[in-house]
Amino acid sequence: MDFLRGLMLGQYVPAESPVHRLDPRTKILGTMWLVGVLFATRSLAGLVVLTAFLGGVLAAGRIAPAYAVRGLRPVFWLVGIAVVFQVLFGDSGGHVLFRRGPLVVTRENLAAGAFYGYRLILLVAATTVMTFTTSSVELTDGLERLLRPFRRVGVPAHELALMMTIALRFIPTLFEETETIMKAQMARGAEFARGSLVARARALIPLLVPLFVGAFRRADALALAMEARGYRGGEHRTRMKELRVAVRDYVAAGMLLVVAAIVLLPPSVWRAVAGR
Amino acid sequence: MIRCEGVTYVYQRGTPFEATAIEDVSLEIAAGDAVGIIGATGSGKSTLVQHLNGLLRPTAGRVYLDDVDINAREVDRRRVRQQVGLLFQYPEHQLFEETVTADVGFGPRNLGLGPDEVRHRTARALAHVGLDPAVFGPRSPFTLSNGEMRRVAIAGLLAMEPRMLILDEPTAGLDPASRREILDHIMRLRSARGLTIALVSHSMDAVARLCRRVIVLDRGRVVAEGATRDVFADPGRLAALGLGVPQVAECARLLRERGVPVRPDVLTVDEARRAILDALAGRRPAPKNVP
Repeated sequence: MDFLRGLMLGQYVPAESPVHRLDPRTKILGTMWLVGVLFATRSLAGLVVLTAFLGGVLAAGRIAPAYAVRGLRPVFWLVGIAVVFQVLFGDSGGHVLFRRGPLVVTRENLAAGAFYGYRLILLVAATTVMTFTTSSVELTDGLERLLRPFRRVGVPAHELALMMTIALRFIPTLFEETETIMKAQMARGAEFARGSLVARARALIPLLVPLFVGAFRRADALALAMEARGYRGGEHRTRMKELRVAVRDYVAAGMLLVVAAIVLLPPSVWRAVAGR
Repeated sequence: MIRCEGVTYVYQRGTPFEATAIEDVSLEIAAGDAVGIIGATGSGKSTLVQHLNGLLRPTAGRVYLDDVDINAREVDRRRVRQQVGLLFQYPEHQLFEETVTADVGFGPRNLGLGPDEVRHRTARALAHVGLDPAVFGPRSPFTLSNGEMRRVAIAGLLAMEPRMLILDEPTAGLDPASRREILDHIMRLRSARGLTIALVSHSMDAVARLCRRVIVLDRGRVVAEGATRDVFADPGRLAALGLGVPQVAECARLLRERGVPVRPDVLTVDEARRAILDALAGRRPAPKNVP
C-alpha cells in the first residue's frame, strides 16, 4: 500500500550511462528539439522512427523498459480521453465504420485519434527519458545556464532556478509527509477512499491542514538555514560542478539532427539521395 | 495478543528503488506485556510496527490479532486500528483541528460514537496525559508547547480506547522534563488500564524503564529477543549492532572495569544505587584483587 508512489512520473534513476553523463543543457535542448520534431511530423512512419530513437536512448541510459512504461501509465488515461474526443467530435465525412443515432465513427477520425494519442504518449515519453537520466540539480543548473543570456531582458535566471531546485527538492518530502499523515489519521479511524464525494472531500481536511502547516514550517527552517549560511542570491556565486560541453554532447546533437532529418524530410528527398 | 509470522515487506516493488525493509520477522506480543523494539536507524522498526495495525500489508507472511489474520478480506481494518493504537513519530504534526477537544475527539467521532460519549472519552484521554480538559480543551493545538502538543496527540489515540498502544519514538525531540513526563504517563496507563505496550525507541533508558521484554532488529531481521535485563546485560553484542545500553548499565560496566564488583544487569537508577552500595559494602563476593 505505497500510497501515491504511482504518481511519481519520471523520477530520476541514478545510474552510470552515457546518457546520464551528457551535459544537462544537451538533454534539455535535445528534448525540446525532439518535441518540436514530434509536432512537425505528419506521418506515422515519423512517429515510429522517433519511438525507435527514444527506445535506443532508454537502452543507452540503462532504464528498464518495463519501468519506463509503468511511469507512463497515468498518461494512458489522458490519451484515452483525447482519442475518444477526436473520434466523437472530429470532422464529419469520410468512411463511416459505425453509426448509432448521433454517434458516428469514421475511419479517418479513428486514425487521427490514434495518431494524436500516440504522439501525446511520445511527447511525455521524451520528457520522461530526460528526467529519468538527469537529476533535478543538474536540470536546474542546465536551465539556469540556458536562461542566463535572457537576464539582460529581466529574466531572473538564478532565482527561477533556485525556486525550481527547492520545489523539486521538496516534492518527495511532501509525498512522504502526505503518506505519513494519511497513515497517522487512518490510525485514528479516518477513511480516505470511502463514502460520498462530499465525505471524501471533508476527509481531506485532516490531511491538508497538517500538510500546509508542515510546508510552512519547512519553508521557515530552510530560509533560516540559507540565511545562516550567508546566501545572497546569484551574484558572484561560483559552482562546485562547472558545466562543460564534451565530445559526447556533439555526438548526441549530431544524432538528434539525423533523426530530425529522417523524420521530416519528405520521402522524395530520400529517394533522390538514394538514386544518385 | 499480536503475532507476526514470517513478515517480509518490500518497498517500491518492481522499481529500481526496490528495498527490503523487513525480512521474515516472527514475533509475539502477549496481552498486558510491555515490549521494547530497538535497532539502529534503518533497521526496519517503523516499518514493522505499521504492520501491527494493518497500515502496511506484508509482502509475505501474516499478522494475527487474537488469532485472526488482520489482512484477511472480511476483517474490518478500522476495528483493528481502534484496538491497536499506533503513535507515529512526531505525532504533533498530525494535529489539525481548531481546538484540542475537537482534535482529540477525531478518533472517537470516526468510530461513530455519540457526542456525549465523544466528550467523555476526550476529557478522560486528556486527563490521562496530565492535561486539564477545562484549561487545554478550548485552546488551539497550535498554540501549545512541543511537549503539550505531543501529549495531545497521545490523548487522540487514547480516546480511541485501544487495548494495545504502539509508540514509535514517543519522546524524540523533547526536552528531558517532557520526556520523563510522557514516559511517566505511559507507565501509569500500563499499570492502571492494563494496556499492552510496544515501544520503539533509540533511548535505551526509556526502554529499560518501561519494558519487560526487548526485541532487537538489525537490517530488517530479529537478531535478539529476551527479558530486558538479559538483553542489556550484554553491551558488547549491542555495541556491535550500533546500539548502546542504558546509562546506568554503562555506569555499572565502567565501575566493574575499575574493580568495583557491581551487578551487570541493572536497569534503573534505584537498582544501580542499591547494587553499588551492595558492592561497596562487600555484600556480594568480591574479586580477589579488590581489598
